[in-house]
Amino acid sequence: MAKINLEINGEKRVVDVDPNTPVLWVLRDHLNLVGTKYGCGMAQCGACTIHLDGTAVRSCVLPVSTVENKQITTIEGLSEKGDHPVQQAWLEHDVAQCGYCQAGQIMNAAALLKSNSNPSDVEIESAMNGNICRCATYLRIKAAIKSAAQS
Amino acid sequence: MTQVKTPMNRRSFLKVSALAGGGMMLSFSWLAGCKPTPEEVSNLSKEWFELNSYIKIGDNGVVTLMAPNPEFGSNVKTSLPMMLAEELDIDWKNVIVEQADFYPERFDRQFTGGSLAMQMAWKPLRTAGATARHMLVQAAAKAWQVPAGEITTKDGMLYHEASGKEAGYGEIASQAAGLPVPEEVPLKKVGDFKIIGNSKKNVEGLNIVTGKPLFTLDHKQEGMLIAMIAHPPAFGQKVKAVDDSAARSMPGIKDVFIIKTLEEGYVRNGFDTTSFTELVVVVGNTTWEVMNAKKALKVEWEKISDSTVTVAGWGGNQQTVTIPAGLESTQGHLAKMAEMAKKPGKELRKDGDPEGAFKKAAKVIERTYTAPFLAHNCMEPVNCFAHVTAEKAEIIGPIQAPESIMQTLTARLDMPKEKIHIKLARMGGGFGQRAYGHHLVEAAVISQKLKAPVKLVYSREDDMTYGIYRPTYTATYKAALDENNNMIAYQVKAGGIPESPLGFAQNRFPAGAVDNYLAEEWALNSNITIGAFRAPRSNFLGGVEQSFLDEVAELAGKDPIEFRLELLERAKRKPVGKQNDYDPDRYAGVLKLVKDKSDWKRGKSDVHRGVSAYFCHNTYVAEVVELLMKENKPVVEKVYAAVDCGVVVNPDAATNMAEGGIVDGIGNALFGEMTFQDGVPQKSNFETYRMIRHSEAPKSIEVHFVKSEADPTGLGEPLFPPIFGALANALYRATGQRKYNQPFLQDKQPLV
Ligand code: FES
Ligand code: FES
Repeated sequence: MAKINLEINGEKRVVDVDPNTPVLWVLRDHLNLVGTKYGCGMAQCGACTIHLDGTAVRSCVLPVSTVENKQITTIEGLSEKGDHPVQQAWLEHDVAQCGYCQAGQIMNAAALLKSNSNPSDVEIESAMNGNICRCATYLRIKAAIKSAAQS
Repeated sequence: MTQVKTPMNRRSFLKVSALAGGGMMLSFSWLAGCKPTPEEVSNLSKEWFELNSYIKIGDNGVVTLMAPNPEFGSNVKTSLPMMLAEELDIDWKNVIVEQADFYPERFDRQFTGGSLAMQMAWKPLRTAGATARHMLVQAAAKAWQVPAGEITTKDGMLYHEASGKEAGYGEIASQAAGLPVPEEVPLKKVGDFKIIGNSKKNVEGLNIVTGKPLFTLDHKQEGMLIAMIAHPPAFGQKVKAVDDSAARSMPGIKDVFIIKTLEEGYVRNGFDTTSFTELVVVVGNTTWEVMNAKKALKVEWEKISDSTVTVAGWGGNQQTVTIPAGLESTQGHLAKMAEMAKKPGKELRKDGDPEGAFKKAAKVIERTYTAPFLAHNCMEPVNCFAHVTAEKAEIIGPIQAPESIMQTLTARLDMPKEKIHIKLARMGGGFGQRAYGHHLVEAAVISQKLKAPVKLVYSREDDMTYGIYRPTYTATYKAALDENNNMIAYQVKAGGIPESPLGFAQNRFPAGAVDNYLAEEWALNSNITIGAFRAPRSNFLGGVEQSFLDEVAELAGKDPIEFRLELLERAKRKPVGKQNDYDPDRYAGVLKLVKDKSDWKRGKSDVHRGVSAYFCHNTYVAEVVELLMKENKPVVEKVYAAVDCGVVVNPDAATNMAEGGIVDGIGNALFGEMTFQDGVPQKSNFETYRMIRHSEAPKSIEVHFVKSEADPTGLGEPLFPPIFGALANALYRATGQRKYNQPFLQDKQPLV
């Protein structure tokens, strides 16, 4: 066990956990931020995507000891009221089916648009390829990313 | 308007009562028998009512509609309340939708699956809405001293034009509550719908995009422990002994023990799984700690011996199911299936003289198809919350069929069902797997033993290797053409492990369209467990039959759409047999629509096209796939779908569902496969189990619905089966090779 200083969604948090604990489980079990989802635990599905200093990362394979004093953003911190352009585009296209993968998809898409404000179809596909949607809402996700890029 | 009888008979009745706060509460109970009586209902507490009714109207005009069915992504939480709102005549903007708990005495058919939600709710929910509206009108008539017939409603308001009187529903609700329930109420004509047929956004949309705790896995409560299970690594094994010394001493670990989920001699129902009824359980404070401790368990497994279990079937019939010993492998399955395919099967339907027709045929074609076991792989792994005390059991779980598992829970917990409360959490996917509620029983048994609230969590690996798979299937089709290239005989022999795909489908097209027809089936036992998977059985038959018909059309030198239309014309004009379970006109209708929309006639030189059409789950679907090959890999450029599912309640959500079925089907056709070696599932996570990903999805999809006033039918499943066929047929055009074995792409390299 070790005390770890974290900065999550702009707030300082301290947790006392095994330093190897993946950030995913620190968020979900210790900080009650359950928007970030568990899907595979091995960086294969993207459900656990968060931003680490603005870059999309898979929190399920990220030991909490490695993120001390870095800025973490989760789906809960992406915007105040769900009004981030990517979230708005998701609503506009009514993307979700079960919804379980969508926090990860949104976080990945938001990071993509930050680094590439007008991605091509191929760029969207390759950036999003690590995010599985079992309900297969891929076409709507792509359309929503394009809408968000316009706004 | 159509008059419908409200279900005020012995077996079902409408319950009405005034809320303490002055509102009105209506609740239907369609299958509840005689209890509770209306008098009892009116004495029940406010709290009870708030949990258990379809419609609540507060005196402030707020309308709360209950969504009765569990939600797994098909959007029933939005679409079913739309039916209530339509007949109640309220403004959708002023509606709050609440998820109902499992409460069969209060809600009808709280089951999501079989693509039946829209169909089964169509009359009951509209009647519930119309009845409430009728009572509001009656109350206003009384209050205003005017004839009820002169009162109109609109968007939650009541109007009497002659006197200029008007009132909101909220003002009248408390007076409406005391009125008798009408025996008959008018329902709107399809043409008068204002809400149904107009797309409404997912009522949970904002909660989803902001990451609100919607799923069972997100549930947390004071004192809650985390439990994980270890099940045998192979089918055909069970627990022998556990050395838990290392696991127990790990940080945060509370306990390690073995549970038995079903008692000896318990008569199972169809949704009780036969796999792994003894599990090793590790309990601790946090998920990560328990995951680690689970890895430190040393479990000794042993082989099972042959056994039989009794399963209660439909209509009170009991069935004995054999679970054979042995460690099975995919190679062995394939060899056994090939052997069975050569032997005669059990005859399901025979028309004319197929044998004679094949003898005198000008051309005969025979093809055999196979498909592997499939894992559901819902994005949310299996999990369940339970808090069982001596007084009650509180369960929150992802469950499509709560009613089926209630029986198991009462037996296993030794508690009457009145003490067991199941909350229907939003599911992170279902696909049929979540109809099997073993996880509810497991969590409840663990909680009962620990006397503490517990959340049971499966790892992805536990989930993928637990069983309840789509079975492995094979089918051999044979067709005969005469010298004029008319199909004169058709036969199918299909089987699988441990289930035949054919049992419910022998009366489907092209039965009825050919004089000489034979359908036979067989099945082999296995200890690998199976369960419903998006369009059970049809998910194999639809694809392979449509591949076969494509080949028959080619042999006949006919266009594949025209070939099918000719057969459908025959089935309409002079049907063979009486039990054909399809309407040739509606079948032909979707084919014609897809032909038109895809510009089939014009021919396209830049893409390779394949077509298919299938009828299952009461919905007619035709699909055209357009693809091209890039670096030897298929790229699906476009899919056209034509769908006849009657009235489309929520068009944009319906389109979303249709797209999902198509993309899921393409994914499973190309990559989906679970294999076994000595009983061990060979894939346990997404690095080896290939799922379709963004770059492999079709570039675009067009879904066209047949304009119809027929009662709505389902959409979650019907788009899925035929896409396997349309894709195979397009791949043939692209490569010159027919695909007989799924998955079509044997290259299963992980992409990431
Ligand atoms: S849970 Fe992290 S990528 Fe799947
Ligand atoms: S919406 Fe269900 S997994 Fe993506």
